[in-house]
Amino acid sequence: MTWQRETFKKIKQIPREEHVFPGTPLCAGCGGLEALRLAAKVLGDDVVYVNAAGCFTMLAAYPYTPFKGSWLYTTMGSAPAGAQGVRDALDIMIAKGRLPKQENLKVVVLGGDGSTYDMALSSTSGAIYRGLDFYYFCYDNEAYGNTGMQLSPATPYGARTATSPCSVQHPAGTLQEKKDIFEIWRAHKPPYIATVAPRYPLDLEEKFARAAKLAGPKLFLALSACPTGWLYDPGETPEVAKLAVETGLWPLKEAVNAEVTHTYIPKRKPVEEYLKLQGRFRHLFEPTLQTEAIAHIQERVNTYWERVKKAEQPG
Amino acid sequence: MMTGNLAAAWGARLADVDYVPAFPITPQTEIVEALSKWCENGAMPARFVTMDSEHSMMTAAGAAAATGARVFTATSSQGLLYAFEVLYSVAGWRVPLVLVNVSRALAAPITLEPDHNDVLAARDTGFLQIHAETCQEVVDSILMAYRIAEDERVMLPVIVNLDGFYLSFTREPVSLPDPEQAKQFLPPFRPAHLGFTASEPHALGVAVLGGATYSYFRHQMHLASLNALTVHQEAASDFARLFGRHYDLIESYRLDDAEDVLVMTNAFASKGKAAVDAAREQGRRVGLLRLRVIRPWPAEAISHALQGRRAVAVLDQNLAPGQGGILFQEIAACLYHKARRPRALCSFIGGLGGKNISDGEFRAIFDQTAEAGLRGTGIGPVLLYTEAEHREMVQLQDLAAESRADS
Repeated sequence: MTWQRETFKKIKQIPREEHVFPGTPLCAGCGGLEALRLAAKVLGDDVVYVNAAGCFTMLAAYPYTPFKGSWLYTTMGSAPAGAQGVRDALDIMIAKGRLPKQENLKVVVLGGDGSTYDMALSSTSGAIYRGLDFYYFCYDNEAYGNTGMQLSPATPYGARTATSPCSVQHPAGTLQEKKDIFEIWRAHKPPYIATVAPRYPLDLEEKFARAAKLAGPKLFLALSACPTGWLYDPGETPEVAKLAVETGLWPLKEAVNAEVTHTYIPKRKPVEEYLKLQGRFRHLFEPTLQTEAIAHIQERVNTYWERVKKAEQPG
Repeated sequence: MMTGNLAAAWGARLADVDYVPAFPITPQTEIVEALSKWCENGAMPARFVTMDSEHSMMTAAGAAAATGARVFTATSSQGLLYAFEVLYSVAGWRVPLVLVNVSRALAAPITLEPDHNDVLAARDTGFLQIHAETCQEVVDSILMAYRIAEDERVMLPVIVNLDGFYLSFTREPVSLPDPEQAKQFLPPFRPAHLGFTASEPHALGVAVLGGATYSYFRHQMHLASLNALTVHQEAASDFARLFGRHYDLIESYRLDDAEDVLVMTNAFASKGKAAVDAAREQGRRVGLLRLRVIRPWPAEAISHALQGRRAVAVLDQNLAPGQGGILFQEIAACLYHKARRPRALCSFIGGLGGKNISDGEFRAIFDQTAEAGLRGTGIGPVLLYTEAEHREMVQLQDLAAESRADS
């Protein structure tokens, strides 16, 4: 069964209207911001963004925000709980007749991978468990970015970060595998989970459109290609984001009521093509080629997609 | 007759709150159990949600208040500390929710009974603090807390504190305010500057760049907190008119002709009052000052009550290790510039982890305070600990040593 887009078939169907305006203090070439800009084309302006500490916290710096909608900065560990409070209060006030229905808002958590994968895991788990009607948008740049690229549980094997340097003892840099937050979320069986990448706008828009029809927790993991942290030229963000998907390292998929479908099957270019573009992986190629480490990364990708093939194309 | 915990739940019910995010912790749990039952059976038109931690609970509470709902929640001890980061955040959001803290001493060693290191740790968060002595005062203070918090001149959250066990589980006669009169005292919450809606978006808690912007907002909180001194007095006089009970920022007990004054807070102040009565029967001119509103700090009221006394003893039911009693420092600071300041200030530490304060210990406090007043130099910090208690402690240590030797 191949995944069909229903709402967004052609690029021209993506609304031209912008809901995240330019001129923010975020880095040039931020892949996460591009993903959010695309997401907002479906989410619209009737939104309250509930933010956790991270790069995106700088989006709302007094007295500006780039949104027409609302914003609430909470803490690093409890943005989903903030979403709970806002959602519940809006529901109560509408039910008691204090707020007209047309004043209602979508509640959208904005968190980075540091918050999402670690610190806010308890409050995210709680919000999904309670069936909270909200969106969760994780911009995943695979490290604690706002503090200068330290190891996070989203950092992939082989990446060099400020706190997982490559050394004689550990020439590959990061030794841990990226935590599988998609599967952690999926174990909670929310109505909708998806991964998205900014270089695949139709796939991204379609997923937000599909999620909009579902009540309950709707969680998005957005590849946030990061020139500042991954060490490449800001102009190469589209290429880096594209290769993350085309090598199979960043699978595009969704889970509707925990049922997984891969929404794009890449032909799988060798992982080197993606790794080579980024300074955080340069130590895998020079001064000596770390064949084993690269093979390990390739192996993991192969295993993943073989499993997908078995699971989604039976017989 | 009702417990302090049930009185707290009634306070929330009579305040007609919209939303109760909750998390259980001893000795507070009875409050949220009562509220969950009332929300479920329709006695309270409010939504009750069990959160995943106190940190989440406080975030949800603040976020709901920022959206425009009247919010109540409760915690104790470790729970208050787990929520600590969020206390500062929601105060900075300027949301007028009410949090009941049922005081319980902090780990380690872990224990259940009260002292005030939990609530006093929150003294710099921006929350206002009202400390209650009786079950009646708990329910009344919650109604007053909403009235003060929601005043446009204040717009800050409030902690209402009651002692675990000694008040939370003690049944006392409570006269419940009539719900219609409560509505008269506390009009519906319709904040002018809060809310997230489609037609009126807001950005709250945003980043600021630079200390000047930050200082401006923090100082606004300070001024708003000070405004609460006036707003409290207005609320207190309205409350007295409607319900016949008057609460001041501080409570003076037999102070009129008192030479020496004992300063206390919360439920143990009842023990202090009994000790004052006993000392008066012996012909001693002593009185008690109970601190009730602790944030904002009612410096004028306190110094007015204490100036001209021979000696003042501050009985802190808390301990700042390496320093002494927390409230002692604040009392000393607000008396420093008074020409008629007391001749001596004495610092006593007692009731830690719910340890009893015996009649003998109170007599010792009065004796030592009187001597200090005559001498003109204060003493302390002095830890209240009886010989019998010390003997029991040594026995426990002997047992621990024996069981270690056995193994």
